[in-house]
Amino acid sequence: MLRYLSRKVLIYLLTFWVAVTVDWAIPRFMPGDPIEGLLSRMHAQPSSEAALSGYYTNAFGFDVPLWKQYLNFWAALFHGDLGRSIQNFPTSVTELIMSALPYTLALLVPAILLSFWAGNKVGAMAARRKVLDNTVLPAGYVLTATPQMWLGIVLAWLFASTWAIFPVSGAYGLDVQPAWSLEFVLSFLYHWILPFSALFLVAFGGWAIGMRNLIIYELESDYSNYLAALGAPTKLVRKYAYRNALLPQVTGLALALGAVVAGAIVVEIVFSYPGLGTLTLSAIQNRDYFLIQGIFLFLITGVLIANFLIDIAYVVIDPRTRVGMQGGS
Amino acid sequence: MAARGRGAGVALGAVEATEAVSPPVATVHEPGEPTTPRVRSEFLYFALRNWKFVLGAAVVLSCLALALVGPLLTDHTPLEFTGPTDQPPSSEYWFGTTSFGQDVYAQFVYGLRAAFLVGALGGGIAWLLGAAIGFTAGYRGGWIDDVLNMLTNVVLVIPTLAILIIVAAYLEVQSYSTEAVIIGLTSWPWAARAVRSQTFSLKTREFVEVARLSGRNTRQIIATELAPNMSSYLLMMFILLFGGAILIGASLDFLGLGPSASISLGLMMNNAFLASALLLGSWWWFLPPGLGIVAIVGGLYVMNVGLDEVFNPKLREL
Repeated sequence: MLRYLSRKVLIYLLTFWVAVTVDWAIPRFMPGDPIEGLLSRMHAQPSSEAALSGYYTNAFGFDVPLWKQYLNFWAALFHGDLGRSIQNFPTSVTELIMSALPYTLALLVPAILLSFWAGNKVGAMAARRKVLDNTVLPAGYVLTATPQMWLGIVLAWLFASTWAIFPVSGAYGLDVQPAWSLEFVLSFLYHWILPFSALFLVAFGGWAIGMRNLIIYELESDYSNYLAALGAPTKLVRKYAYRNALLPQVTGLALALGAVVAGAIVVEIVFSYPGLGTLTLSAIQNRDYFLIQGIFLFLITGVLIANFLIDIAYVVIDPRTRVGMQGGS
Repeated sequence: MAARGRGAGVALGAVEATEAVSPPVATVHEPGEPTTPRVRSEFLYFALRNWKFVLGAAVVLSCLALALVGPLLTDHTPLEFTGPTDQPPSSEYWFGTTSFGQDVYAQFVYGLRAAFLVGALGGGIAWLLGAAIGFTAGYRGGWIDDVLNMLTNVVLVIPTLAILIIVAAYLEVQSYSTEAVIIGLTSWPWAARAVRSQTFSLKTREFVEVARLSGRNTRQIIATELAPNMSSYLLMMFILLFGGAILIGASLDFLGLGPSASISLGLMMNNAFLASALLLGSWWWFLPPGLGIVAIVGGLYVMNVGLDEVFNPKLREL
């Protein structure tokens, strides 16, 4: 088990190193002079251009040799220093990201877990059952092919604009302040439902289809036929099939993280939800490069941590990994 | 392989499942068996009788036809600010106009073209990379496999959109081909892993041994023995990568990181959103681009399940 996990951790550390290096290298090795490119795209006043150019040269640390720039980059990273934001000038990038992070997590974590749970249950129920299968399958394919931002737009149009049941934007009402009070929590939940639903529904479709297909594979296999031949009730056979089918779904969960994170970014933008997605958009629009790079590192670190948690969960639910790793040869 | 390819990787879970519990999906033809006329007509026989394949293919092909022919049917261009502003659909402007006075129908059909371009080129590049890396890693084994597998795992974990955001932010994307190339270069890993594990299970078969003994080199063995034996698998992989590339491209365009001088379905949603089409209730502006994407990608996925059933008799409806 330790060998299994340490191998995984090695890959994650390597990935982190690659991500940081990419983050460092992209502004430096892209064709053209990065600072000139930044300035021309910022449409800065000629008078302020010299000052900005000096600021950027200094901030990127372009005035020292490359290898030293690389070491400086790592040193700053370990101090939690990702540079300063340009749009909200003196505020540091870390601070901006930290204030947006809770909102993104509040959307992502329930959306990932609940869609995984509900999708697997519904998919397992639908497999080899004519009527349910014929409704779940088409619905699942339509949902999984839907871009999350578009589903968000449609939900906002129907439930916020046309019928005015839910609020159209923000994470809480203007009349409350973020605090652990009942009013805030209720207002938060009220604003949370639509963006959550957009993320949940798309992911749900994918899990339901996947589980339905896996259960069919499992019900075809020898152990299922053998159990059925012994006269075991269908319910029991399906239960075993479900537990076996869940393993590849957990592997799939790790792989789907990137897509869900991408979905959260665009859905937040639709609802002006004050998380990392909205921050990304304003960083892109204001050409706030340090902020973009900082968000990139945060997203990757988050996905790596989530991957590691899923690995641990996998060890817990799959006894074979435990036995194999205890040297049971 | 089950069709769940939500962009990078979701299909892979099912791939591993088939490995663990049932024989590989790719049907192995015995060497010497005539693979051409009989198998092909058998494929067509089952394909045309599978309603999922027929339905999916019909939807995708009609979108393609609309993308090709649609722009010829209208005199309006997608970006000109000439029409009346914010009009619902009418006989002059079939899908209405935007609040800048652009024709939504023209934007939609040109956007479909961009979607097919990004899907075909981005999906194609990812497919080539995935197949090349998967075959090499799986067939060669040893340290080559270790290195390629490490590379695959690293690219697999990094969220595609995150890396695309940072690349597109510095490298101003000028055309949809550039966007497609960037997408292709980042979305191949799950395909590589799937091909690698299939290659593993095929390479110890006798007909591969015979080919090796007869002195053929690695490239020939991959091209003549391994690839034909998982052609169904490779075809379905391309379909999933195609759909995934369209979805990723739409997200990039929605973020405003795509080419800004032309039109795409994602950019239409971006424009509609930024112009508060939602609050104005201009549904004719923001509904078509999403419906277009759902039709193409959903059609591809349903077609893929149909193909799965055609190639794998176990899955056919009884």
